[in-house]
Amino acid sequence: MSFITVKNVWQQYADQVVLEGLNLSVNEGEFCTLVGASGCGKSTFLRLLLGQEKASRGEILLDGQALASEPDSSRGVVFQRYSVFPHLTVLDNVALGLELPRSPLLGRLFGSAKKDAREQASGLLHKVGLGHSLDKYPAQLSGGMQQRLAIAQALIMKPRVLLLDEPFGALDPGIRKDMHHLLLELWRETQLTVFMVTHDLSEGFTLGTRLLVFDKVRVDPHAPGAYGARITYDIPLNSDRRANRAAVDALPAELAGTLRTA
Amino acid sequence: MRLINRHPDRPSRLLLVILPFALVLLAYFLGSAERLTDNPNDKLLPSAVQMTDAVKRLAFVADSRTGEYLLWQDSASSLRRLAIGLGISALAGLCLGMAAGTLPLFGAPLSPLLTVLSMVPPLAILPILFIVFGLGELSKVMLIVIGITPALARDLEQRAREIPVELLIKAQTLGASTWTLMLRVVLPQLLPRLLISLRLMLGSAWLFLIAAEAIASTDGLGYRIFLVRRYLAMDVILPYVVWITLLAWLMDWGLKRLTQRAFPWYEGARA
Repeated sequence: MSFITVKNVWQQYADQVVLEGLNLSVNEGEFCTLVGASGCGKSTFLRLLLGQEKASRGEILLDGQALASEPDSSRGVVFQRYSVFPHLTVLDNVALGLELPRSPLLGRLFGSAKKDAREQASGLLHKVGLGHSLDKYPAQLSGGMQQRLAIAQALIMKPRVLLLDEPFGALDPGIRKDMHHLLLELWRETQLTVFMVTHDLSEGFTLGTRLLVFDKVRVDPHAPGAYGARITYDIPLNSDRRANRAAVDALPAELAGTLRTA
Repeated sequence: MRLINRHPDRPSRLLLVILPFALVLLAYFLGSAERLTDNPNDKLLPSAVQMTDAVKRLAFVADSRTGEYLLWQDSASSLRRLAIGLGISALAGLCLGMAAGTLPLFGAPLSPLLTVLSMVPPLAILPILFIVFGLGELSKVMLIVIGITPALARDLEQRAREIPVELLIKAQTLGASTWTLMLRVVLPQLLPRLLISLRLMLGSAWLFLIAAEAIASTDGLGYRIFLVRRYLAMDVILPYVVWITLLAWLMDWGLKRLTQRAFPWYEGARA
């Protein structure tokens, strides 16, 4: 059974239809890149997956269960901007994800629990290349570093789904390339299912194992809002990476686990 | 070079800062000297010597009736009222603003209410405060609280709304409940704003304090000024005004330093 199932989803604001008749099934571990013209509903679809909005019609299933209707820790997210907390240091930005669920009253940990959380956070930060700026505030980081931080922050929760809304849109090309490496590396190591909205078609082709193109099939010039976008192309990509993942999946679970963490 | 592109360098900036103050003082003392030569008993523009005498009398000689040093006693009472008033306002404004700005279900009833309340002229309801809370400390503190809480709350509500929704979503994906989200994300981001708001409100707070003291009090800076008004004692009033201004400026400066010290991330994050 597929991991995420989208069944006939429509999204409509007043008389403006944004998405119509969306059907999709995604397996665990796929890396879907979402491309399409501006305003064609890619980000809307991402917000539906995130639980930030509820679909007007249809349903989205995660592992056979209806998707929670508000954001929760099963789905991590990285936005283009404002993904990290300006008032926390790099280390605390990531440690926050460990503190919040464990301390429902104060939202912070103390003593050895706090030390553990910070150690774990610091480990992940070293991995994404932020080991030298643990005590800086986000405003002191470059755009690329901030997005590294945002990714680390999302991954510390070990989400099953990672949603990326044009995460590298504001970065310059060299940095963007580094970020692609980092993202693919992290994707290989974890069992993440990734949905990534991008404006950059080549980025969509390089990163994804599956490219989803959003476009309006029907257009009424007299009523621009009457019809919404559908997924017009669903292209499997980078078959080598897909095959690798499928091969790992075919192994017995225990062995596969050791391979992944290796 | 165009005027808009000309910047003062360090020494000339200092000079430019001092200049207007120096001019005001000069104008005052010239006027004072002129009036005093015409009439040595003139009370309107006392000389520096007369004012120094008055300050010595009030600050360093115990009052013969009460045995208190009036200036310090007045300052202590006024500052206590101000501190209690500002403290309560800050707390109430923060809670109301945060609730109204973060939680739509709280904002719906609170937001219009705060808007209307902030339009009520506080001095117009001062008589009500005296009737309800009596003429003691409570009514003076309440005037400050009622005067500045709605404005503080509205400002903080606005700031809370300005927190990008992405951050609130992100916090939820990190496992925050409404409560921990407010505690760890909204509150820390509003605290520097609260201090800035308080700085802007200091002027109003002093206004309400002095108004309340002028009408019903037995001590305090405002009380003293309005008491000696009967004797045209400008030699007391003017130093008191300067002293109040100095205290207000020091509070403003202190809050500014506190903002910089306690929230080093704030300036950078705003850019």
